[in-house]
Order: sequence, then structure tokens, then C-alpha cells
Amino acid sequence: MPLDRLASSVAVFHSKCYEGSCKRAEKEGAYLVPRVTPPVPGRDDGYFWDGVAAGRLLGRRCAACSYLQHPPSPMCPRCGSVDWEVIDLAGTGSVYSWIISRHPSQPDDEPRVVALVELDEGVRMVTNLRGIEPARIRTGLRVGVGFAEIDGTTLPQFAPLEGQS
Amino acid sequence: MSLFKGHTAVAGVGQTEFSKDSGRSELQLASEAVRAALADAGLGPADVDGLVTMTVDPNDELSLMRSVGIREVRWTSRTPFGGGGSKAMLQHAAAAVASGAADVVVCFRAFNERSATRFGQPTKQPNPAWNWYKPFGLDTPAKVYSLWYQRYMTTYGLTNEDFGRYTVVARKHAANNPNAWFYTRPITLADHQASRWVVEPILRLLDCCQESDGGVAMVVTSTERARDLRQPLVTLEGATQTHLSSAGDNTMFNFYGPDLAWFEEANFVARQLWEGTGLAPGDIDAAMIYENFSPVVFLQLEAFGFCGRGEAAGFIADGHIELGGTLPVNTHGGLLGEAYIHGLNNVIEGVRQIRGTSVNQVRRAARVLCAAGHSALILGNGEA
Repeated sequence: MPLDRLASSVAVFHSKCYEGSCKRAEKEGAYLVPRVTPPVPGRDDGYFWDGVAAGRLLGRRCAACSYLQHPPSPMCPRCGSVDWEVIDLAGTGSVYSWIISRHPSQPDDEPRVVALVELDEGVRMVTNLRGIEPARIRTGLRVGVGFAEIDGTTLPQFAPLEGQS
Repeated sequence: MSLFKGHTAVAGVGQTEFSKDSGRSELQLASEAVRAALADAGLGPADVDGLVTMTVDPNDELSLMRSVGIREVRWTSRTPFGGGGSKAMLQHAAAAVASGAADVVVCFRAFNERSATRFGQPTKQPNPAWNWYKPFGLDTPAKVYSLWYQRYMTTYGLTNEDFGRYTVVARKHAANNPNAWFYTRPITLADHQASRWVVEPILRLLDCCQESDGGVAMVVTSTERARDLRQPLVTLEGATQTHLSSAGDNTMFNFYGPDLAWFEEANFVARQLWEGTGLAPGDIDAAMIYENFSPVVFLQLEAFGFCGRGEAAGFIADGHIELGGTLPVNTHGGLLGEAYIHGLNNVIEGVRQIRGTSVNQVRRAARVLCAAGHSALILGNGEA
């Protein structure tokens, strides 16, 4: 896994900032709490969340024609096969788009950066960006994956690769 | 490809007041809007034999029939996409009329979207269909759509101030519209820039559509029949929709298409409309463009060919979308300024423009585009 390629300061993610903002939001009586809404894995995406729990970023490729699809569908749209194989993704890519949420659901001092990352395998994935000042995020920024447990949910989280931040 | 070219018509439109707290049930709002649309057309409940709404509308067809007094219906359908499919409702209605499946079809949409279920608020409810998004914090439309708009911004070097110039125009139009929530309340660009961030650096509060309570309905029938009814003729020159699987896995937004600085689905709809009607962007006298958020107006202006790619900011800054401009846009104030009745109120304004009864009337409006990204239609006055 590419954790060793991340800047050392962000190789281990902590959930403290999220916990802190959750507590504040609850105290303010907000009905919007930035606590992670957990995924509900199903038959078509369970492999991904199993991988995340094990600290692996997995993709699903058609066993017949090798077409890699993310998000996956139960049938390969290219050849019609329903046989898939799960592969390890490199976990590296570049930022395609990103937002800083200032929605009232999230206190302004702890904005969560949501990013659309184009993985080096050619598929895009929605994730979070950490370990970088929001003002320094740029299109094309090279990022790598790490894993963090936030409010009991483990999520893949991306951060700038060494030399990028 | 037939797009009902002029053979079907919008014979009546109706609505409730648009508010933040209607004080009555969604079924009552739907019933009032439908009755108003029928009265506008000079028809009665007994004339209705078709009903169309959105998949997300809370009102059951049979309950609505019992309430309004519609006795026998032989055509119902619902359109996907929410507001993006709002113009597809007219396509469904026209298809029913053109095929003979029904003679008088009522399209309706009614909800208490501010006082009951607010679209702008995140829900913490886990949802398997949103596994790829919700855990990462994409839990409101503002966040979901901004991840797309941001790519458009960075590609063309736009700032939030560019979006503000649209908002100022929408609010200017709304300020003159007694039907609008923001009647008599125009804003300046400085007001826009002073409103708080919702999603940085894309959307401020004043870039977001309203949350509204209200109901809207319209009556679709054949042009032949509409000529004998109460109102000036408003034809449906074309209506279509698009779904592109290549553009992504979710009907509401597109994170996976080849180029997110471009609204591929809207362009697909535009090409169908231009080819199907023989009309061109220059033939359109006014446009009602769905805007859940201001940036999507820019993307649709470009997708429909009113300006080139990346040119919408300049097109708007140059005044083209104002009254007196080459393409007045959202003359009622849009979903930002008038109300958010899921885009169906835009069609009412299109009808008013063709009838010549808008408070912000465009002189001799003969062709009006109503666009909602994934669906669009062109209204005409029955004259070639």
C-alpha cells in the first residue's frame, strides 16, 4: 500500500477534529451533524468496503474483458459478463475537483474537503482530502490514499504525496 | 424524429401562492393547482383523462382524482430526475396526446418543500445508493453539485463573483414579480459577495435556489382542441429528455463523464431540440433555465449554444440575459428569485411570455425555451 509514499505528517489520520466538531454541533442544537454517515454495503460494492476495512483500496475489473469500472455495476457494460475480479488499486492519483463544505451542517472551523480524485488506473472516486491547507489545493495535485476511522467508520482518505504539499 | 412539433399545446396553467409555509397539505396544494389550471383552460375535472407528475411527488394519483373530482383516467406516468426531469413531464403528456392514449393530460407538482421536507438539509439516513458519496460528506444538493461546478470554474478561471452576476439579474426580475418570494427585494453584487459561503469556493447562500411550498399544474391537449379553449394558443414545439449512462452512475449528477466542464446531457437535449424543431438558438426569444444553483445556468447557456464554451460569464456580464438583451433569462426570477416548485413554475412563466402576460414581458415572444439540464422544451405561439 502506498502509505509510505505519503508525507509522514499525514500518514496516520486522527479523527479528533471530526469528533470535536460533532460535539460542538450537537451542543448548538443543530440537526445537522458532520458525523460520518456509514455506508450500507451491498452485493455490488461489498468488496470495496471489505477492502477498506482491511486497509486496501480495491477496484473491480471484468474477468472476461478486463474493463475496470468505478463505481461498479453488476454486469460489464462492455461485454455483458457478470464475472468480476477484485484488484488492488495503486491508491495514487490526481485531484480532478474539490469542494470545501461551509454548509451549516459543518462548523466553519472544521470544514471537510470533499474531492473527486482521478486514480492512476483511469477511474474517478469521491473521497476526502486531508493534510493540506484548503487554499493550497489545486487541480492535478498528486495524492495518495490512507485509511482513517472516523466515528466508527473506516474511510479511504487522500493526502498529498510527498513533495506535493 | 417527431417532437410533437406544434401538434400539442399547453392549454392552461395554474398554481397556488408560493410561500415558506403553506399551512395546508401537499394534496390540497396539488388539488388547488390542478383546479386552477383547468379553470384557466376553460375545462373541468371531467375532461381530464391523463395525469403526469414526478417520481418524487408525494401525491398519489387516485387521491388527487378523488380530491379534484377527476373521474376516469387512462394515462399516468412519472418522470425521473426530480427537477432535471421537470420538462420531461410535458414530453410524457404530449406523447400521450399525440398517440391518442389520452386527450387531456394534467401535469402537476406540489410539495411543502420548506415547511416539511427540506431538500437543502442533509439527512443522516444511510442509503445504499449513496455509498460512494454520503460517507465522504456529500449529503446535500449544494455539495453534490458543487463538486461538478468546481471543475467548470477552474477550467475557465471563473470566480464566485461571476456566478453572482447571474443572481443579481434573477433577483432583479423577481423584484418586479408579485408572484415571487423576493418581490421588491433586488440585490447588488456586493450583497451577493457578502452572503455566507455554503460550499467554498463555489456557492454562497445567494447562489442557492429557494426552498418553497406550493403547487403548479398545467393542462396539455391537442393544438386542435386548444384552439377552441379559453386561452391564446401556446404550442409545444418540442420536448425531450436525455439519460447518458456514459456520464455516470447516478441520475442526479455526473462525476464520471469525460469532461465535467461541460454539461453533456444538456447538450444532448439541445441537439435533439434544434434538430427536431428546425429552430436554432437565435430563434429563441426568452429562456427559462432551471437553476438549483447559479452555475448551472452558465453550463446550460453553453450547452444550448447561446454562447461558446467558457463564454457564459462574459455573455451574462454583457447583459444578454436581461430584459432588452438578446436572450432574457428567467424573467420571473427563476428558482432563486420566484420560488422552487421543482422547475415546473418555469414552464408557467414560459407560457405567460407566449401569451404576453408576464410582468417582465419580452416583446413579441414567439419561442421560449424551458430547459432543465436533463430535459427541455420549446413553447411557441402556433405561428410558423
